Amino acid sequence: MVDLSGDLLLRMYYTMWLIRDFENKAAELFMKGILAKGGVHSSVGQEAVATGVGLALRQDDWISSTHRGHGHQLAKGADPRRLMAELLAKDAGYCRGRGGSMHVAAFEVGSLGAYAVVGEGVPIAVGAALAEAMKGSDRVSAPFLGDGALGQGVVHESFNLASVWQLPVVFVVERNGIAVSTSCDRMVAPSTRLADLARAYGLRYRGVDGQDVVAVHEAAREAIAAARAGQGPSLLDCKTYRFEGHYYGEPQVYRSREETEAVRRMHDPIAHFETYLSEHGAARQEEMREIRQRASETVEDAARFAQASPEPEPATYGEYVYA
Amino acid sequence: MPNLTYKEAIKDALAEELRRDSAVFIMGEDIGLHGGAFGLTKGLFAEFGPDRIKDTPISESIIAGAALGSALAGMRPVVEMMFGDFSALAYDQIVNAAAKARFQFGGQCKTPLVIRMPVGALSWKSAGVVHCQSVDNWYVQIPGLKVVLPATPYDAKGLLKSAIRDDNPVIFLEHKALYEVAGDVPDEDYVVPLGVADIKRSGDTCTVVACGKMVHFALEAAVTLADEGIDLEVIDLRTLKPLDEETVFNSVRKTHRAVVVHEGHRSGGLAADWGMRIYTECLDWLDGPVGWVAAKDVPIPYNDGLEKRVLPQVADIVAAVRKTHGEA
Repeated sequence: MVDLSGDLLLRMYYTMWLIRDFENKAAELFMKGILAKGGVHSSVGQEAVATGVGLALRQDDWISSTHRGHGHQLAKGADPRRLMAELLAKDAGYCRGRGGSMHVAAFEVGSLGAYAVVGEGVPIAVGAALAEAMKGSDRVSAPFLGDGALGQGVVHESFNLASVWQLPVVFVVERNGIAVSTSCDRMVAPSTRLADLARAYGLRYRGVDGQDVVAVHEAAREAIAAARAGQGPSLLDCKTYRFEGHYYGEPQVYRSREETEAVRRMHDPIAHFETYLSEHGAARQEEMREIRQRASETVEDAARFAQASPEPEPATYGEYVYA
Repeated sequence: MPNLTYKEAIKDALAEELRRDSAVFIMGEDIGLHGGAFGLTKGLFAEFGPDRIKDTPISESIIAGAALGSALAGMRPVVEMMFGDFSALAYDQIVNAAAKARFQFGGQCKTPLVIRMPVGALSWKSAGVVHCQSVDNWYVQIPGLKVVLPATPYDAKGLLKSAIRDDNPVIFLEHKALYEVAGDVPDEDYVVPLGVADIKRSGDTCTVVACGKMVHFALEAAVTLADEGIDLEVIDLRTLKPLDEETVFNSVRKTHRAVVVHEGHRSGGLAADWGMRIYTECLDWLDGPVGWVAAKDVPIPYNDGLEKRVLPQVADIVAAVRKTHGEA
């Protein structure tokens, strides 16, 4: 049991609300036609994984992210204004409107970027870990991936290389059980047996309830500490739930409204954490209300900032192709 | 000036860059003790050790991906793909991730990454369909990449040094048939800049635009054609992306005739691209149609006789040049 200070618990609470409000605001802007772009994916339901891991990493550690990555970026410390501006394809965005939701990076806080091809960012994070090991630094690298990515060969190549070279990597699997629209049980042989997979590759394994931010955080801290100490890679198996469709506006023909409602009712990571905070006397109702208010205001401010930001100047289309 | 082979010149460039910059390292299959499939890294393992000469699993995708990640985190990786053909397994990492990283992230990062790969056919020693392709057009199409193919030992060494010092992903192609070709290479440190073509033979009646092994074929064709009073100017593009158009256009405006020669397949190939650029910018100067020499749209066969029918030969260049002069 690691020691979790009251301050850390409150930061976790704030971060989870920041992610949820950010995602819901993005969805709202999408419904209003303000975020008039394709390929925006909500991570509502998965906030505890991003938060638990993100707050266990140092700012100079690396992450790589996925198409469903707003939460990863925010938990790593990315500026909500610049992130929202990037979603709206604005010049003030992290990528000056070139990347968008699925291809956003925040190198200033150690984000190597979101990679929209499923599994694509995993080897890149392994490479960053390789660089840190070669430089003799103690920075670690945490690629996020979904269980849908377990069908990709390069993810297995990544497990293998991290293991044979004993690199400081923590693979964070957000096991939400759905590969776009298809149940992972029908798509990926070992999706329910990640422990076996980790053992086969020689990765240290921890399976946790991904809706329990404290459990995720404790497991992440342990895996990160091992990586930092030169004890090699880990796989963190976080069972989680994707509350929304694959992307904003996706019809979800593969599951019923009742099913989704039940998941939201039973597996809400924020509700779960609120109970924890109350039971442990870590935060009073009023404190929680204030934190929630602060997260909400931050997101409203980010949305106002993003909407007021100018578009990139069309004449600059050729910038950044080459260094 | 020492006389080195193309292969030795490449190895020297690697060794000198490894000594010059501690951020440079090499990774690839069987490149350590074994010294690489073509012996390009022989001896480097003994000098630089396993940390900087990294033997990888046979996993082209993670080789490219991990190299990219290490570049984003401050290293300067040089990858060896055992054969250019095998880079198809790494295509997503090269084309979707490495090529686009700097652009899609709005200039937040640099990607100093070199991917070396042997390409092209070896005639009597050729190994067939997936060991002999010219893969340059797989990469030239992609914004964000630079693509290089030297034809001489001097260029090989100078271009590889430029590639390793460049902050962009560079696809560094090495023609297998040229590995044993020798030439003068200076002892002192020098670079050949990327994006600058070289006139390998000056002439004034027809321009031949080529790269790699085809440069040598064009020079052979020039000898045959000289007897007929045709004076070829042979341009070695050296860098295929970005393309040094000016050198090509200036030459065509001088000679008024052009033949484009490329070892890759005709459809969607680079020769057609070069020819179109010449038509667009030099039409008023041309005295005849641009000659077009490229491989047939057939995989590279194992049998030597079949291969020679598929790939461009010296006689094909000679014939194409004659045609630009109005001869059948």
